[in-house]
Amino acid sequence: MTEVGKEEARAFLHQMIRIRRFEEKCAELYSAQKIRGFMHLYIGEEAVASGVMPALRDNDAVVATYREHGHALARGLPMNEVMAEMYGKAVGSSGGRGGSMHIFSAERRFYGGNAIVAGGLPIAVGLALADKMQNRDRVTCCFFGEGAAAEGEFHESMNLAALWKLPVLFVCENNSYAMGTALARSESNTSILAHAEVFGMVGEAVDGMDVEAVNAAAKTAIASVRSGEGPRFIEAKTYRFRAHSMFDPDLYRTKAEIEEWKEKGPVLRYRQTVLDDGRLTEADIDAIESDVAAEIAAAVDFAEAAGWEPAEHLTRHIYAARGGAA
Amino acid sequence: MSETRRITYREAIREALREAMQRDERVFLMGEDVGAYGGAYACSKGLLEEFGEERIRDAPLSESGFTGAGIGAALNGMRPIVEIMTINFALLALDQLVNNAATLRHMSGGQFTVPLVVRMSTGAGRQLAAQHSHSLEGWFAHVPGLKVVAPATTADARGMLWTALEDPNPVIIMEHAMLYNERGEVPAEGDVAVDIDRAAVRRPGTDATIIAFSSNVAKALAAAETLAGEGIEAEVIDLRTLRPIDDETIMTSVAKTHRAVVVDEAWKTAGFSAEIVARINEQAFYQLDAPVARVCGVEVPVPYPHHLEQAAIPQPEQIVAAVKGALRR
Repeated sequence: MTEVGKEEARAFLHQMIRIRRFEEKCAELYSAQKIRGFMHLYIGEEAVASGVMPALRDNDAVVATYREHGHALARGLPMNEVMAEMYGKAVGSSGGRGGSMHIFSAERRFYGGNAIVAGGLPIAVGLALADKMQNRDRVTCCFFGEGAAAEGEFHESMNLAALWKLPVLFVCENNSYAMGTALARSESNTSILAHAEVFGMVGEAVDGMDVEAVNAAAKTAIASVRSGEGPRFIEAKTYRFRAHSMFDPDLYRTKAEIEEWKEKGPVLRYRQTVLDDGRLTEADIDAIESDVAAEIAAAVDFAEAAGWEPAEHLTRHIYAARGGAA
Repeated sequence: MSETRRITYREAIREALREAMQRDERVFLMGEDVGAYGGAYACSKGLLEEFGEERIRDAPLSESGFTGAGIGAALNGMRPIVEIMTINFALLALDQLVNNAATLRHMSGGQFTVPLVVRMSTGAGRQLAAQHSHSLEGWFAHVPGLKVVAPATTADARGMLWTALEDPNPVIIMEHAMLYNERGEVPAEGDVAVDIDRAAVRRPGTDATIIAFSSNVAKALAAAETLAGEGIEAEVIDLRTLRPIDDETIMTSVAKTHRAVVVDEAWKTAGFSAEIVARINEQAFYQLDAPVARVCGVEVPVPYPHHLEQAAIPQPEQIVAAVKGALRR
């Protein structure tokens, strides 16, 4: 039997529905050309960020990828600001300079939004190194896709983190496709966990479509990292229901495969689980949906109403003034 | 004048590292063979014993990994100094330097800064052939968000590190491999820090301006000495900082001399020297009495044999000839 109570279950489901509906709205806004550039949706993978984030503390750090809307929301960045960033407005999370792929928050210790595959891993290593050198009780959690495992920076970072026993949790969101390349077509060993274990790292493969399983794995891993036992690794098997980006015609996988995974969808499945075991009622879920709808409507209004940064400000934020660094 | 002492460029760097470690506990040195080996160019020799392996941190051969780790540590309150053995190896860390160090402040709308210092050796002259000898300073100077400095003197090698560490932005210090054994004057005591904003006039003159940086400053001064024997007074500018470029010092000199020669060990094509020439054309064209000349590296990967290597990089006699050419003499 699950130890997850009614309120925690409600929070998990709420977060996943919140991310799902937010991104569905983003897809709509993209079609309406309100959001431009590259946009990568997390739809189908919500259980990973929703399961991991509650296991972190406010003063821990998060490093994510260009598919990070869900992580930003789950980490507690205000939805208004995330939506405004999607628009490129000055009141966005990154002042509008980053857009969909580069959401940041110093206040939430959310270090982006990195659009170079595996490029965030060395940064996570450095964040954790600083915490270790300063004897701070803090953990850095680094998310990336399975495509990163083919990059040298992945292997360099695994080695550095393990060699120096750094307080970092690596969370691989294995959705089976690096853009359009299936894992088996790009890796001689398709277990990403095995790649980490080579460096002596302790890890666990979890069902990334099961928010409670992800949360349980994250709690265990983070407790270990926090106790000074060095880095941990989680490989969360998941699947994205949408194409890689809004430009992707999705020709490299079958509709049947997508449908099969949708039946295991994290929202669909968890909704059924909590209804079946009585932790939540249809009315509870309706209330979540209406809360989320109101939050999203407010976020869209906020982004729409917000002003553009004047073009005269173009060259701001390139260099900090001396005496300006913390 | 306060008293000075003569030490080598290498000793100046070592002193600067030691002083930085003593002054600020957030400072640490990280790179390949900086600890047990003492640094590939012996800059950090003895520091492991003094400061321990946490702060004199030997890193595996993972330029991208440890440079990125330096960025992360800088983001999180430390003042890392990352040493990259040579500029050619720094190409393995370009992703972290260009895509992260230079962009994070901008992409985050000013929320995050990266107070990182990266030191690397550059340049030819040690017969190290085509994968250890190049002058790619201009590649880094191309990138907004980075600062690039190139100490040509022992005093700058001594003073620039602390200034770079106090700068909230990523600063790359380019150390020419041929300078490490050079001796020069540094202040005997007191504050040795120097600015990293301005070029310096190393020799005043009225007839032509020679613009150089790093090891070419000494070659430019040698050329100026030869020219003086022939009655030509060349002014020698040491750029010191390659990004941001101190236009004012260059243009003030060109307005005085009306002739300019740019010296750069790198290749001409799309090189840093082209940027200096373009700026003079943009800002001081009507001051010129002759086209701006360049003395640069020959467009060849640096070869191993001594005579070919020397033929591939600027020499004082070429600078002399270029100045005379500009003066039609």
